[in-house]
Amino acid sequence: MNTSRFSRWLKSLPTHIVLIGICLMWILPTIGLLVTSFRPLQDVNETGWWTIFSKQKGYEEYQSSCAPCHGEDGNAVPSANLTDPDLVGKYRRSFNLLSLLNSEIDGQPHMESNAVPDEYAAADILSYMRRISGIEERPMFTLNNYIDAFTGYRGRNNYLSDCESGEQSLDLFCDVRDLANPRGMGRAFFNSLAVAVPATILPILFSSFAAYAFSWMHFKGRKWLFALLVGLQVVPLQMTLIPISRLYAQLGLNGTFLGIWLFHTGFGLPYAIYLMRNFLGSLPREIFESAYLDGASHWTAFIKLAIPLSVPALASLAIFQFLWIWNDLLVALVFLGGEHPVLTYQIGNMVTSLGSGWHLLTAAAFISMALPMVVFLVLQRYFVRGLLAGSVKG
Amino acid sequence: MDKNIPGIMRQKRWVPWMYLLPALVVMIVFIVYPGLNTMFLSLRNDTNSDWASVNCSPDKPCWGIFENFRYALTSPVMKTAFLNNIKWIVIMVSSTVGMGLLIAVLADHVRYESIAKSIIFLPMAISFVGAGVIWKFMYNFGSGQVQIGFLNAIVRAFGGEPISWLTEPRVNTLALIIVGVWMWTGFCMTILAAALRNVSTEILEAARVDGANEWMVFWKIMVPQIMPTITVVVTTMVINVLKIFDVVYVMTGGNYGTEVIANRLYTEMYASYNPGRASAIAVVLIIIIIPAIIFNIHKFQEQEATR
Repeated sequence: MNTSRFSRWLKSLPTHIVLIGICLMWILPTIGLLVTSFRPLQDVNETGWWTIFSKQKGYEEYQSSCAPCHGEDGNAVPSANLTDPDLVGKYRRSFNLLSLLNSEIDGQPHMESNAVPDEYAAADILSYMRRISGIEERPMFTLNNYIDAFTGYRGRNNYLSDCESGEQSLDLFCDVRDLANPRGMGRAFFNSLAVAVPATILPILFSSFAAYAFSWMHFKGRKWLFALLVGLQVVPLQMTLIPISRLYAQLGLNGTFLGIWLFHTGFGLPYAIYLMRNFLGSLPREIFESAYLDGASHWTAFIKLAIPLSVPALASLAIFQFLWIWNDLLVALVFLGGEHPVLTYQIGNMVTSLGSGWHLLTAAAFISMALPMVVFLVLQRYFVRGLLAGSVKG
Repeated sequence: MDKNIPGIMRQKRWVPWMYLLPALVVMIVFIVYPGLNTMFLSLRNDTNSDWASVNCSPDKPCWGIFENFRYALTSPVMKTAFLNNIKWIVIMVSSTVGMGLLIAVLADHVRYESIAKSIIFLPMAISFVGAGVIWKFMYNFGSGQVQIGFLNAIVRAFGGEPISWLTEPRVNTLALIIVGVWMWTGFCMTILAAALRNVSTEILEAARVDGANEWMVFWKIMVPQIMPTITVVVTTMVINVLKIFDVVYVMTGGNYGTEVIANRLYTEMYASYNPGRASAIAVVLIIIIIPAIIFNIHKFQEQEATR
């Protein structure tokens, strides 16, 4: 019994190794982003995010070079207490420390028989001592990056400390108004919502009407019109950008929310009609028949029967459309641009203008990812269903 | 289809059109009109003041009214874009479908199936821009001692020289494709997993009883049975890859030899302000994509019919 279970376990071992290995590979980049977004600015640029799992920077070098005399905590020699900020503060750069290590104390070489550490090791030791002495008290994790990203802070320190000392830049007020800073992610978050919510509701509304007509009404050319509309899924988005932005320029709709709502509605419709028609059409006809026999009009049947019954399909559709719009960059770039920057636009800008401001970029990216991730994890079932129903979307 | 509608529900002739009107109007304005207009613009010059043939100069090759298409099909930068798109298609489609199938099969045998699938699927919920930031950080190249990019840290750990993944022409397109694979494998996995669930367990059991090993069961029974789904997934992925834009735009902007068709279209339109050329690229794009979509709809209907 036991051996058979063991051999079965042994047989399935490769499966587990491969699968868990793939999963780790898949999640590792996201974890890197998440960890980095919570690290203090200086740490982000000095050490890789994975080092949070190891000892602090300089710990190893300190242990081998200094700990034998000064002790593990640095306070073993009373006359040279390394946890004393005044003492450590005298050595601002690694060459200050190196010259001390190379000099003699009471006629003896400082390091006695030990080798003097090289330049890089000395720098690490110094940064370690600055930490244990409390000169540079850096927490392991901080929320500052998120605050800075939300308010659009672009200075050298961080938003909170600049506001405290009154050195904030001219476009910051240090109160709730900063959430509306055009450079900030806070404003962009609301812009993204302002784009995505109406642009999700409109196509669902229109497609429900149309799908009901296609499913339960008689009219000439029903079949070919449906085929035609579904066929419109073929048209790639890129193909329509140019004429529409010219049209919008004439109508003054470029850079307005109305313009982008209508565009997303137009593009969401073919797939939405297709999905809703498939769902509504598969409902049993008897319920509609009996409702009609009871004297219900089409309008009543639509509102009281079709809509409540198609909630699962509506949910799939809503999630799809919402995520698609939330994550879209191209349409936002073309029709909204910098007038009402959305999250994707803002991050795209930060990537090109900030270069290596990783502490801000990672926080900003995570702000934009948080909502879709939650939506996805909570409503995964509907998401997958919609995916399976419409794998033809072009 | 008509017979299924209860006859009693007949209505006035104009009623259905009231239900259809909003959708029809929006779709005509935003899809039909611009689609046709793009075709027209592709034959015009950069300011839409005359036909494209006025851009011809006498001593150079000229395609007359199709001058923009000469650019879209023969210019060096578009050739790079086409080559890169082919690279994208070959590598990304085979990797996403292969990995998706592998994970779908393996996850079926373990108890943490749903967790594993969620992890693989999660990148689908993220924007390309977010993924661009995640991977730009992975690929980060520090010129000094410190490497805060994970990949270069690994390279260093094995004693190699750090690589500038995104600007080095030998690897940068591949580096971008990896991002695409990371994002789209979940899509392939989900659809293939659903198809695998429909493979009759009786046939699988019968084969196993007859002494077939898992490897043979997979290749001889599972793969042939889900072949229709695999073809649909492959063509869907080909279409998606042809339209790839955001990854390239965010990570390299199409520089360092990573140009692709859709990014070129954007650049022509909004950086060079040449709607004629941009439209020509759009038309070329749709001409490439249409066969794949027709094939896909056809396959999908076949599947629906046999369900």
